[in-house]
Amino acid sequence: MKRIVIDPFTRLEGHGRIDIFLDDDGNVKNAYLRVPELRGFEKFCEGRPVEELPRITPRICGVCPGAHHMASTKAVDAVYHVDPPPVAKKIRELFYAAHMCHSHIAHFYALAAPDFVLGPTADPAERNILGLIAKVGLETGTEVLKHRAYAQDIQAVIGGKATHAVCGLPGGVSKAITEDERRDFEEKSKSMVEFGKLSLKIFDDVVLKNKEYVDLILSDMYTMKSYYMGLVDANNKVNFYEGDVRVVDPDGKEFVTFKPADYLDHVAEHVETWTYLKFPFLKKVGWKGLVEGKDSGVYRVAPLARLNAADGMATPLAQAEYERMYQTLGGKPVHHTLAMHWARLIELQYAAEEMLRLCQDPEITDPNVRTIPTATPDEGVGVIEAPRGTLFHHYQTDEHGMTKKVNLIVATGNNNAAMCMSIKKVAQALIQKSKEATEGILNMIEMAYRAYDPCIACATHSLPGQLPLEVVIYDSGGDEIRRLSQHLS
Amino acid sequence: MSFEPKIVAFLCNWCSYRGADLAGTSRMKCAPNVRPIRVMCSGRVEPDFILKAFEAGADGILVLGCHPGDCHYAEGNHAAARRIPLLKKMLAQLGVEDERVRLDWVSASEGHRFVSIIDDMTEKVRALGPFSKNSGEEKHG
Amino acid sequence: MAKLNLAIYWSASCGGCDVAILDINEKILQVAEIADIVFWPIALDFKRHHVEAMEDKSIDVCLFNGAVRTSEQEEMAELLRAKSKAMVAFGSCAHLGGIPGLSNFTNRAETFERAFVEAESCDNPDKTLPQNMTNVAEGELEQPEFYDTVKALNQVVDVEYYIPGCPPTVPIISQVVDALAAGKLPPVGTVFGSDKALCDECPRTKEEKKITKIYRPHEIIPDPEKCFLEQGMICTGPATRGGCEARCIAANMPCRGCFGPPPGVTDQGTHMLSALASILDVTEDEDIARMIDEIVDPAGTFYRFSLPTAMMNRRRM
Ligand code: SF4
Ligand code: SF4
Ligand code: SF4
Ligand code: FES
Repeated sequence: MKRIVIDPFTRLEGHGRIDIFLDDDGNVKNAYLRVPELRGFEKFCEGRPVEELPRITPRICGVCPGAHHMASTKAVDAVYHVDPPPVAKKIRELFYAAHMCHSHIAHFYALAAPDFVLGPTADPAERNILGLIAKVGLETGTEVLKHRAYAQDIQAVIGGKATHAVCGLPGGVSKAITEDERRDFEEKSKSMVEFGKLSLKIFDDVVLKNKEYVDLILSDMYTMKSYYMGLVDANNKVNFYEGDVRVVDPDGKEFVTFKPADYLDHVAEHVETWTYLKFPFLKKVGWKGLVEGKDSGVYRVAPLARLNAADGMATPLAQAEYERMYQTLGGKPVHHTLAMHWARLIELQYAAEEMLRLCQDPEITDPNVRTIPTATPDEGVGVIEAPRGTLFHHYQTDEHGMTKKVNLIVATGNNNAAMCMSIKKVAQALIQKSKEATEGILNMIEMAYRAYDPCIACATHSLPGQLPLEVVIYDSGGDEIRRLSQHLS
Repeated sequence: MSFEPKIVAFLCNWCSYRGADLAGTSRMKCAPNVRPIRVMCSGRVEPDFILKAFEAGADGILVLGCHPGDCHYAEGNHAAARRIPLLKKMLAQLGVEDERVRLDWVSASEGHRFVSIIDDMTEKVRALGPFSKNSGEEKHG
Repeated sequence: MAKLNLAIYWSASCGGCDVAILDINEKILQVAEIADIVFWPIALDFKRHHVEAMEDKSIDVCLFNGAVRTSEQEEMAELLRAKSKAMVAFGSCAHLGGIPGLSNFTNRAETFERAFVEAESCDNPDKTLPQNMTNVAEGELEQPEFYDTVKALNQVVDVEYYIPGCPPTVPIISQVVDALAAGKLPPVGTVFGSDKALCDECPRTKEEKKITKIYRPHEIIPDPEKCFLEQGMICTGPATRGGCEARCIAANMPCRGCFGPPPGVTDQGTHMLSALASILDVTEDEDIARMIDEIVDPAGTFYRFSLPTAMMNRRRM
């Protein structure tokens, strides 16, 4: 039996690995996405004062530390049964919108766009961010860096540090926003809204006007029917910071909408021996293994899932683009995995509009940013939409607020099963008997998981950033015959 | 062979050390497990000293100073009374049993008290067994 | 001057250290001018076998971030050590063990039990645990070994320089880049950052006040001009190296010590413990006991970033 390993052991030790097994005819038999490490946050947070967890759990991931910081902050609000003052909530949302901008910019331009701008089968030496800048022009490149830096600046001012912010605590945020800061944020946000438009235009020019790419997006191998999950506001619009968790079925019909605190009634996790990453699934449908469709509890999260799970976007520019996407791709829900990139840019536009709205809110400079908790702490769930999907933090404490139990379901974890299946599907379509698995083909396999923007740091509560992978092909005797790897930037 | 615990005792020069001396000159019978270290005051005993003593092979550590109010430097034993219990709380989180570190007061005239503290501590530490930094199922690294 | 060979590697890390390198923005161009990056997994496509093929000591500087917990991370640290003239522990995890080092309060068995069996959302009636080796229908699947104890880089290999911080700050990274550009590296053993404690550069006013009650961060609204400690909030500034520009303090939150112990101090926790004990304004036993009660997690607070490099570097179990 042949075996393909997408393996960072030679590229990024211990950070994530995919084994693809071929049968004797050279067809794909099975695929295993594996995460070979964990850091054990669930365990070592025990015994810590719960209000410190917003300063501890962000170290799960330095790529989306803001998501963990906010999920954790919301969980400790819940533990202490405390409602932050309105301005504190707005400051958190502003911080968080900036965080989303930062993450989505980094993912789209550094990771995703090179595949489209330069082509999925382009020379790997060019298929990176430098090649991208060469193609789209230095001016655009400068805009990308500038806006990424803007998003980092806003987080740093509010949170003390852009990476591993410290502002969130039960009942509010540590510091108010001054008028000077607000004005600066407002300028940056205006610029960000324009940058959102520019990004969508680039996507339009490069991807949508290119039939080859549209066909690729619509192709069967990049299509998978699953449930979708995301946070929605009271009007069922996408919300990153708060709301109910809504799940739609593969036909796009609402399956359930639940309060974050009830997540255990709806989500469970399956364990396999060959990976440190668990497999979340919809409890009421059940774990049927790595299979798609309505009878399988596999669901997806992240930008496309959020858009599928919602009825629209709360801001006008993003809403217009949302409508255009569904019109172009044949209505809701969209099952085309590669449309994740389009959805991500729609969210960038939304996050930018939200940032601007919040900066222009007259209340945003209100100095009253804290409510001192008075209730006895016990248990709380904090849910947020991380850039890569729904993120659950669940804490239990004693009556002094000392942590007794921590449960985490992280964004990339939610997509674990779906990623395995997407990879298998593309591999099955492309690696067929007598067909040589070229670098280009293997990159197209990688595109299937890159769409999810998988974050192994989050997944393992363990390791960093993007999932770096390498493809290794083994022949039927188990000997390595070819080895290729992903290009991250 | 039964385990003989090693106990490092930091003794304040002005009281406890003399108390120990008195016990010695009066030929009181006392467990032979103590390695005394003379310090000028119990307030001089930094938490680091205690961790270093463990590192050097001590199974238990005793800090003895003048009774409250009698410190030669007025405040030294009060400082010890704040520092050592906090250290013990921290060590408990690291799996160090409470009986392995003890702070107590012995005056220059309390030879008997010195002996009984030593005996008591020796028995308690003997019951705990030898100290090792990473006892237990430490497998790797 | 010939270009330097630079390697950047991440181990048991969150990726934030790599993001910090990207945060130097335009300065990254200067890096490209002075150095050829021969290995950087997040950004470049060189692999382990490329490193293995290099001559010993052919990498001038290796910036290594992340702690060490698995067999593989240990191997990579050793490999990069052999190939590098100067090994730099980059960020709190490599420098001191960092937040993942809090795992030294527990071990592998407890960690697995919690994550894979006990976790509220787990549906695992057979108590399945991940294994180093699994036989699936198609073949064997192997995973690296997971150790009980987290280590800092210098507990695994020799280290020449340390860049503190979680993550390190842009000015300090820039300072390192400038030192590399000028070919002027400081003496071996240097920790980049200030040679004073954080309190010495903290802008808050200090009045040598003692305290009679400890407050946790959510319990009071601190005066943003005054020293946290003197308001009864634990701030590890006295036991922390300066150089971070008091980032957390600027956000009105007390320090948690990511820059590690100040010069001359090896054990950050006991140093903080002494500093805190000395300002408690109580003498009666019951008052002392009450205040110690209020200090709820001394080990997890004073060693927040440095447990693996403390004198007692893990819980005895
Ligand atoms: S030092 Fe901090 S930022 Fe760097 S890898 Fe460790 S946790 Fe992440
Ligand atoms: S204890 Fe904290 S707040 Fe006080 S001076 Fe030191 S660093 Fe500043
Ligand atoms: S204030 Fe303390 S915890 Fe914050 S960055 Fe500085 S050294 Fe690190
Ligand atoms: S002099 Fe004896 S305790 Fe201070």
